Amino acid sequence: MAISYVRTEIQQAQPAPQRASGIALWLRRNLFSTPTDTVLTLLGIAFLLWAVPPLFGFLFGNAVFPGGTVEQCRDPGAGACWAYIGDRVNFFIYGFYPIDQYWRPNLVFALAALLLVPLAIPKVPFKVINAILFLVVLPVVTYVLLAGGSFGLRPVPTEQWGGLLVTLIISSVAIIGSLPLGVLLALGRQSKLPVIRTLCISFIELWRAVPLITVLFMASIMLPLFLPQGTSIDKLLRALVGVTLFASAYMAEVIRGGLQAIPRGQYEAASALGLGYWRRMGFIVLPQALKHVIPGIVNNFISLFKDTSLVSIVGIFDLLNTIQAATSDTNWFSPTQAVTGYIFAALIYWVFCFSMSRYSMFMERRLNTGHKR
Amino acid sequence: MASMDTARQAPPRTFFLNDPVLRGVFYQIVVGLLVVLFLLWIINNTAINLQAQNKTSGFDFLWKTSGFDISFSLFHWDRTSYYWEAFLVGLTNTLLVAVIGIVLATLLGFTLGIARLSSNFIIARLATVYIELIRNIPLLLQLFFWYFAVLKAMPAVRNSLEFPFDIFINQRGMFLPRPLPDEQFVFVVVAFFLTIAVAIGLRIWARRRLDETGHRFPVLLVSLALLVAIPGLVWIVSGADVPFDPPVLQRFNFAGGVQLPPEFVALAFGLVIYTAAFIAETVRAGILAVSHGQTEAAQSLGLKESDRLRLVIVPQAMRVIVPPLTSQYLNLTKNSSLGAAIGYPELVNVFAGTSLNQTGRAIEIIAMTMAVYLTFSLLTSLIMNWYNARVALVER
Repeated sequence: MAISYVRTEIQQAQPAPQRASGIALWLRRNLFSTPTDTVLTLLGIAFLLWAVPPLFGFLFGNAVFPGGTVEQCRDPGAGACWAYIGDRVNFFIYGFYPIDQYWRPNLVFALAALLLVPLAIPKVPFKVINAILFLVVLPVVTYVLLAGGSFGLRPVPTEQWGGLLVTLIISSVAIIGSLPLGVLLALGRQSKLPVIRTLCISFIELWRAVPLITVLFMASIMLPLFLPQGTSIDKLLRALVGVTLFASAYMAEVIRGGLQAIPRGQYEAASALGLGYWRRMGFIVLPQALKHVIPGIVNNFISLFKDTSLVSIVGIFDLLNTIQAATSDTNWFSPTQAVTGYIFAALIYWVFCFSMSRYSMFMERRLNTGHKR
Repeated sequence: MASMDTARQAPPRTFFLNDPVLRGVFYQIVVGLLVVLFLLWIINNTAINLQAQNKTSGFDFLWKTSGFDISFSLFHWDRTSYYWEAFLVGLTNTLLVAVIGIVLATLLGFTLGIARLSSNFIIARLATVYIELIRNIPLLLQLFFWYFAVLKAMPAVRNSLEFPFDIFINQRGMFLPRPLPDEQFVFVVVAFFLTIAVAIGLRIWARRRLDETGHRFPVLLVSLALLVAIPGLVWIVSGADVPFDPPVLQRFNFAGGVQLPPEFVALAFGLVIYTAAFIAETVRAGILAVSHGQTEAAQSLGLKESDRLRLVIVPQAMRVIVPPLTSQYLNLTKNSSLGAAIGYPELVNVFAGTSLNQTGRAIEIIAMTMAVYLTFSLLTSLIMNWYNARVALVER
């Protein structure tokens, strides 16, 4: 019986495969692989052609740059009125802070940057000292510097603080204050003691269920009612309390994620060493859990940073509120005044949030390596 | 061995202060007492403060006439309406914008999430730019932008932007044709619901046939076709008149049709644009979470592309997508409270804003408002727990 499926003659060499790289191939693969793909590509290109040139013209081509006049902005064909931003930028950054005292917020910005940069770079040593300086010392220094009243500094009431300064203060205070609270709440939620667990769960779930704006309303209307008669409490402080409590509930959930990611063996090993609850948590579990959730904390900070814009509803002059208030500036009245202000605010928020989200992704990639088995 | 057994029966006695159980009870009593004392202190302070301000408390204000106007309401509202009606108006307006927002944001979000994973370079990049741009800008700023910079800058009524199907957009909002159900139209509605029943029956039959014979039946396509065809036929048979009242431009404003106020349009638009970016990320993460081995296994079973997606990838991706998706829905509902900042009369604006200012019953009103959101949240997590229990992986 002949074996028909065995090849009897030598196979001829096939032609070399087509080039596996090159622009034409890339185009075919990524833009024109199927008819649907081609249609989508054409639609996308049409959209870009429709949207990008007018946008570019508005932002740059026809825009009035700093140094321009309001008459140029009122021109019918004029684009964004950057001259208006250039004129009012100090208001957007410092609010009503006295102009001759601008060095104080500037010093705070510089100190914060000086401490934050080495803290954020994983390779730089002295993390603990750095963290204590940033989380404990800096807030005190900031308060002394900004509020004044001591060391011969002129007092500046918080009503005069504003703009980006207040946005940064609220988000930093909320995140710094919510960290210890969040740790306690997360530990309480994991606790075996029913009373403590129930209290922590109700606190966390109540705060997470309601929108921040009702929390802010509550803080600004009801906080004065809750305190003993005669205590007057600063408007900014009320918002700070509200935002911090709100943030701590979210922080607790992030940290709980970290606690749950720690293998049981770590808890048991710590117990086997004879450590008590607080030492077990403080030396063994929390250091690992917190390191694990740095990306989550940064993500939390991003949404908190965006949420601080809500304090403008209860009348605090944060970045968004200064922008909104400046739109009624009649000196710069022009059709594009409001839009330009919003674009400027969006740019600032975007730069902060986007860089933080990139940092969180970078940390995520860095932290992943140690825990893969 | 014997010594070990006795050791287990009688644990070594420790000094009672070191007994973890006793300590636990002690700590709980201390914390509980502290919390109760703190609450009593707050209640006491509040009572003193209220007395000092000559304010009364209680829920009797709900049955008083409100005396303010609400610009947009789904049912009748005038100045003689009661405060509890204001509460209802706020609640329904919140629900209205939330439901419309959820539906549209889901559609847009799924499209964007899939587009971001597309092999098409331009489409994927466009979706990425959209998501990264929108996610990193505060919602309130976006709402201000849509409301003050876009809708307020729309042309006046005379030069309204005109869209197909008699839809107009101008400074005063959006004008849509109003469906006018006449007497014959009832039959169309009845036919519609009957068709839905038929479609469900069809699905059951198709499933049974699949189990018995292995033949598949295109249930979805046929059902959709039936849903369009049968009510359409009934409509044509019953006279085929156009039961729509289109908005018509009069001297100063549009008459007829439905007017959606600019606040509603801006809020719904802003919420959809913003939430869609988050939903898109959820969808993308869900699809990426299905391991590539699943795709390869489906391919080696000989499933074609559409079946592979529908029967293998999507059901597994949905398990990952649905929990964060519902929390996005909840976020959207909570975020609709930002409508207060642009004057949309939702719960926070009408009730926690105007009503609170007029009655001064801060505690009652804030408590009711928070209770509403708490109910939404608890309902959502109940549904979520049920869903998670249903789709949970049965692990080996």
